[in-house]
Amino acid sequence: MNAPSKNIEPGSGSEHAQKPSLLALDGVTRSFDGFKAINGLTLTIEPGELRAIIGPNGAGKTTMMDIVTGKTRPDGGTVQFDGHDMTRKDEADSARLGIGRKFQKPTVFETHTVEDNLLLSLRDDRSVFGTLFSKSDPAGRIAELLALIRLEDRRLDLAADLSHGQKQWLEIGMLLAQDPKLLLVDEPAAGMTDEETARTAELLRSLAGDHAVVVVEHDMEFVRQLDCKVTVLHQGAVLAQGPLETVSANEQVVEVYLGR
Amino acid sequence: MTQALVKRPLLNTRGIIFLCVLAAVAFGVPYLNGAGALPDYAVSLIGKYLCFALLAIALDLLWGYCGILSLGHGAFFALGGYAMGMHLMREIGDRGVYANPDLPDFMVFLNWQELPWFWWGFDMFWFAALMALFVPGLLAFVFGWFAFRSRVTGVYLSIITQAMTYALMLAFFRNEMGFGGNNGLTDFKDVLGFDLQSQDTRIGLMMLSALAVAIGFLICRAVVVSKAGKVIVSVRDAESRARFLGYRVEGYKLFVFVLSGMLAGLAGALYTPQVGIINPGEFSPANSIEIVIWVAIGGRGTLIGAAIGAILIAAAKTVLTGLYPEAWLFVLGGIFVFVTIFMPRGVLGVWDSMVDEMWRLRGMNPRERRLKA
Ligand SMILES: Nc1ncnc2c1ncn2[C@@H]1O[C@H](COP(=O)(O)OP(=O)(O)OP(=O)(O)O)[C@@H](O)[C@H]1O
Ligand SMILES: [Mg+2]
Repeated sequence: MNAPSKNIEPGSGSEHAQKPSLLALDGVTRSFDGFKAINGLTLTIEPGELRAIIGPNGAGKTTMMDIVTGKTRPDGGTVQFDGHDMTRKDEADSARLGIGRKFQKPTVFETHTVEDNLLLSLRDDRSVFGTLFSKSDPAGRIAELLALIRLEDRRLDLAADLSHGQKQWLEIGMLLAQDPKLLLVDEPAAGMTDEETARTAELLRSLAGDHAVVVVEHDMEFVRQLDCKVTVLHQGAVLAQGPLETVSANEQVVEVYLGR
Repeated sequence: MTQALVKRPLLNTRGIIFLCVLAAVAFGVPYLNGAGALPDYAVSLIGKYLCFALLAIALDLLWGYCGILSLGHGAFFALGGYAMGMHLMREIGDRGVYANPDLPDFMVFLNWQELPWFWWGFDMFWFAALMALFVPGLLAFVFGWFAFRSRVTGVYLSIITQAMTYALMLAFFRNEMGFGGNNGLTDFKDVLGFDLQSQDTRIGLMMLSALAVAIGFLICRAVVVSKAGKVIVSVRDAESRARFLGYRVEGYKLFVFVLSGMLAGLAGALYTPQVGIINPGEFSPANSIEIVIWVAIGGRGTLIGAAIGAILIAAAKTVLTGLYPEAWLFVLGGIFVFVTIFMPRGVLGVWDSMVDEMWRLRGMNPRERRLKA
């Protein structure tokens, strides 16, 4: 059923690969004050896969990410990441296990320089005493990342002084610095110019393979550029799944989302 | 060719100036006093201001860098003060009014027969000194452990710190608590054999206070320039981002809270012998709020600014309460409002802006210059 896509690793191309999925949600539910934000959500992500998740406002996309990263506990269902039960972890655990998360609203450390933002994100000892006596000097790694996110000439500027799009890129750079197995990216193209959007899509595509990447997005043009398998969420559950063309031809999807 | 990462030095120019000023005070004040240019009482007064400066630095580490506004920091200061006061009470021995060698006067007065267990060991100076750090540290640890783990933040956290110091004040007011009730601990005679009434002892205590400010400053500065210091600022600016990068935010907050509480305790321990009394009034919420005002006026997140703010305001208080006692709270409130509106970065912030402007006029980028500071 899978569309031939260069972004999906050969191994995961055959739907039921021998290798266990990197991320598996099964029958997950979560309600807020009686309202079922997530309602029997079942979803798997393979290692190295690129996946776009779309859905109308309030579909539960952000809540799904909250659950995967241990920020929100599900009421029921299971969440497995790389062999770990994520319903018993917190945010810091999820990061240490290899999940990098980009927020819907760009969140960087505004009063730190771009360089320090990256320094704090690089894989390293996260304990109080480890950082207190830290001697690490990863100048080389930081230079590489700066080149990747095209912020070399902003290295010593405060993150607060970056443009909106640059902050988005810095945040993506911070995720990459963590070298995560899974990247959760919430609306990366929001507030970006067309050119930045295209570059972001290109970057995310190039990351897939080494990292599994899950992108939540509203911008259909952006999703098209990602050129990957799409999952449509609606009222906390999967409504449709498949290549963008198939999904956007689905009547239900058109009704709840695209046709709005 | 990769550029080296920017590292902030433990001591920048400003830090060196600060330490030099402290040294000048520590040695200059006794000299001026000896030469008759400074009255005796001024020495203890300066010693007291130095204790406040240390207290303000401690709060600034917590509030300015970690973003935790404690409205109960006076509690840690007072506990340190009480720990030292208990030792000084025991040092009185049989020279009290009731001449009881084992029990402080207030216990005899209450008809107590023996020393309560929590007074044990305070006859030894080293023990009291240790407790002056340990007890505030323990309180900070227990309080912080519960508060940070349950993710209480912002105004709620501030309010419960205020409630904490208020509860302690009420408790210490009670005679049954065994800390001298309303009157607190006073009538001290000597410390380590040095007469507390003698000018030499007072000079020594003032110099020790200056040393304590220097040490406290260096410790805080070392934390701030370390990678942990960067994490602490990150927690202030974007707590959830820090969590999602894998940092245990509670751990960092707890570390800063405990360190800050212990430094406040040290300030209190030096304060008690210099003012000759410690009473439950030190726990009053108003005192804790005053500390916050010192830091805000001096400049948050600068350490040195906090010390300057504490000394400026404490000195103004001494002068004004002498002249118009009723006016002080209004003046303090007025200064606070003025600073908040017109100098949000405090006295040191205004200074920084002026220096930046000067660099800009000379065609240099002030940011790059300041990065290394
Ligand atoms: N902490 C919370 N408390 C109460 N309700 C919540 C909470 N988090 C999410 N919700 C509700 O759950 C539903 C799903 O929200 P969620 O943020 O996951 O949607 P989304 O798909 O990310 O939407 P958007 O496209 O607007 O970002 C919404 O109706 C929201 O109001
Ligand atoms: Mg959302």
